[in-house]
Amino acid sequence: MVPTTHFLGLAAFLFALGFAGVLLKKNAIIVFMCIELMLNAANLTFLAFARQQASMSGQAIAFFVIAVAAAEAAVGLAIVIAVYRSRGTVSVDEVAALRDP
Amino acid sequence: MGTSTELVLFWVFAIPLMVSAAGVIAARNPVHAAMSLVSAFFWLAGIYVLLTAHLLAFLQIIVYAGAIMVLFLFVVMLLSLTDAELGLEKLTALKVVGIVGSAGLLGLVVTALAQGTPVGVKAVGEDFGTVKAVGRILYTQYLLPFEATSVLLLVAIVGAVVVAKEKI
Repeated sequence: MVPTTHFLGLAAFLFALGFAGVLLKKNAIIVFMCIELMLNAANLTFLAFARQQASMSGQAIAFFVIAVAAAEAAVGLAIVIAVYRSRGTVSVDEVAALRDP
Repeated sequence: MGTSTELVLFWVFAIPLMVSAAGVIAARNPVHAAMSLVSAFFWLAGIYVLLTAHLLAFLQIIVYAGAIMVLFLFVVMLLSLTDAELGLEKLTALKVVGIVGSAGLLGLVVTALAQGTPVGVKAVGEDFGTVKAVGRILYTQYLLPFEATSVLLLVAIVGAVVVAKEKI
């Protein structure tokens, strides 16, 4: 069996990539994709510990994370469409009405 | 399967996974980013199989690579974004902090993993991670969260329609 630390290191790499993408990317759709990447890193951690502890609870939680990710993607992309319709852009730098009054 | 075979398989899945995940960040075109993400999900499903999570591996492909990414591609198509419309990404001080922060996060976790004492992996039975076994735990121990998830999905569907529709 592959040691659990390998999977945890891989999950940390995926999470750091997603985190960097959320902070760096300008396109709101790609920011959402990076959030999916971070959710997947969390899922990988859950599954790695589920395997280590030989407990299927981690797999049940990962199932719920997938469902929540689907809901988040649906609502988030609807918001992106609404923002594009009202402002004509999906750049997260330009949609800053709450930051710059 | 022996440990060395599994280790080889781990890297066979992990290296393309890391490359395609990096492709999501590196891509300038949203469609290319989405395609990299689909590929990353497929490799991650392979990692899930190595973790004896067979049901989750299939859900990963069906729900993530199938349903969620089609949603993403539809939105990219609807908005028909080009690179020129979005302009070049500026490297502001905040973004430098972002790069340093995420690299620091990775370094912190990897250092912590390297210093900890490794814990042995417990042996699992034949039915670990199968549809039957995970389904049983979902419908007994996790029945309430499972039903709450269905309400959450309903709210998400209604919310998405309300937010995205021009006139109701």
